[in-house]
Amino acid sequence: MSSTLLEQKQTPKPRIITTELRLTDKVFRGVVTGGGLISLTLLGLIGFFLVYNGFEAMRSAGMAFLTGFEWVDAVPENNQPAAYGIGAMLYGTVVTGILAMIIGVPIAVGTALFLSYYAPAWLKKPMVVVVDVMAAIPSIVYGLWGYFVLMPHAEYWAKLIHKYFGFIPFFDMPAPVFTRSPFIASLVLAIMITPIITAIAREVFAQTPLERIQAAYALGATKWSMIKAVVFPYGRGGVVGGAMLGLGRALGETVAVYTVLNLVYDIRIEVLLSAGGNVASMIVNKFGEADFVELQALMAAGFVLFLVTLIVNFIANYIINKTARE
Amino acid sequence: MSQTLLVAKPNRPWKLTPKQVLPDLLGAVFTVASTLLIVALSPLKGKLGFAITLIFMAILTATAVSWIRRDRKAAMNSTTTVLVYIAAAFVILPLISVLYEIVRLGSVGFSLGIFTDDMAETSSESPLTEGGLLHAVIGTAYIVTFATLLATPIGILTALYIVEVKGRFAGLVRFFVQAMSGVPSIVAGLFIFAVWMIQLGNAYSGIAGAFALTVLMIPTVARTSEEVLKLIPQDLREAGLALGATQWRTVAMVVVPAARSGLITAVILGVARVVGETAPLLLTVGGADAINLNPTQGNMSAFPYYVWKNLLIGNENSISRAWLGVFVLMILVLIIFTLARYLSTSRGVKK
Repeated sequence: MSSTLLEQKQTPKPRIITTELRLTDKVFRGVVTGGGLISLTLLGLIGFFLVYNGFEAMRSAGMAFLTGFEWVDAVPENNQPAAYGIGAMLYGTVVTGILAMIIGVPIAVGTALFLSYYAPAWLKKPMVVVVDVMAAIPSIVYGLWGYFVLMPHAEYWAKLIHKYFGFIPFFDMPAPVFTRSPFIASLVLAIMITPIITAIAREVFAQTPLERIQAAYALGATKWSMIKAVVFPYGRGGVVGGAMLGLGRALGETVAVYTVLNLVYDIRIEVLLSAGGNVASMIVNKFGEADFVELQALMAAGFVLFLVTLIVNFIANYIINKTARE
Repeated sequence: MSQTLLVAKPNRPWKLTPKQVLPDLLGAVFTVASTLLIVALSPLKGKLGFAITLIFMAILTATAVSWIRRDRKAAMNSTTTVLVYIAAAFVILPLISVLYEIVRLGSVGFSLGIFTDDMAETSSESPLTEGGLLHAVIGTAYIVTFATLLATPIGILTALYIVEVKGRFAGLVRFFVQAMSGVPSIVAGLFIFAVWMIQLGNAYSGIAGAFALTVLMIPTVARTSEEVLKLIPQDLREAGLALGATQWRTVAMVVVPAARSGLITAVILGVARVVGETAPLLLTVGGADAINLNPTQGNMSAFPYYVWKNLLIGNENSISRAWLGVFVLMILVLIIFTLARYLSTSRGVKK
């Protein structure tokens, strides 16, 4: 009895206090760090393997790979060497991307303003869901819809534009073929990128300080004056970043563009004409019957696309992060 | 003693009186009437002419009414208000059209029979009552399941690294994961083709498609998980540590359970992101008309591939099949989307 009491009175040895992590924590941090770095490694691997497989094509073509218009396989019988250049496709990709931005950004910003400041409460929630659903629709759906539903209408619009604005070189028509033009591809892309830009613009607009909005109203500003004086200065960076994020998506879109764009290896400024280019669509188009040499060229084309979209996304995220922090 | 308290009856100065509403109402009536008149009298014809005239007249009327009643600033305000409403309408219209056409054209051949048969013994020109898309159902199930199994741990570990461990590369990883979500899907397909087919010498298979989709799914899962983990109050972590728990115990028994439904939402959103992806599958799975139960060997089909293939064949019945495939795919996407929304709003992490 007394011995147990004695034992209880003995003070336990003080625990050694140390900042060193326990073994379980070391393992935990190791595993999580490893998992976190997989994403980073993956991005590096994508770049590495595309360069590794496409290097030969880029080396043999040199700068002509970026500027050349031709994509022809070697014909040994005629002593004709292979020539792979993605200049026209790259140009077409940029043209459809920028056109999509010109159409999509004003609509997206207008919608974001509508959702933030104009919509009645009962309409706001369903509209937000609508925008989210639009962002979740797979591109093949837009491709099918664009080809069968939008194209007949868009063809008619293109004819009208040509009829009344044909004197502008962009809307000129050397041949009366209006289907599968960069214009129609841009329309489909604009519909696809609008929800992305809307979502980001809305997020940025929501961060506008309320007291400034109320101050503007208290000074007698109309809604538009308030938006011009308070919301736009605050949200400009976010809108620009969101637009660039949309551009990145538009540049890399494959399936939806493939169905509504006629690939022609030529640089043309007439956007209503049925002749355009798109790197991603070209990869799908040529992939099926590509031999080994052509496959290398396609890998190189994929690397260029990867690099361009990555840079656009870097800039976009940098701008958005900077705006969000301020 | 007794004091009568005069309580002013609250009036609502912001509420518009009928007199104030009347000009707007008249303006709207005038807009529609003048549009109808212009379309009837001028060479502008059809729906497009009507729409353009309506937009033009709406802007004109709203601006004129405000200008007459007040001043130039009010007129500007009215113009932009109309423009903003038009922009919102332009966003809704395509969605309505997309959904309407999918239901109209896609439900034609819809029957439960399509889930019991494949296209192995059916030619593309035979009527829709023959054959089905069971092979695509199985293919999508395999590919998406494998992609989810691979992307979920990597994505959540990435989010934990950024939010919990906050290691040396946390900022870098965060920035690159953001950029990774913008990688075009075709590039993911090319990457897997370069590694899995060219370097390692494998043939087309379902698992290759799953790898490609994993690349696309990781950033979505990681970014959404990161947002969710950031919403967990810091107090919970500090309470765990104050009780003497190691970081591992705190994360495993406090943070992750608290964020559970949010993390599930992240995975579901990842699935929604990849279930309709077509381009990477075109380069990796090979496509098939028959049921293939082995994901590691042999060509496989999937919903997007089924739609793509039938679209390229291009005869009347195959295009109907493409619409049918899109119809089923959209139902699937909407179910996943609703599930994610339900989880994130009703039982998710409360802000």
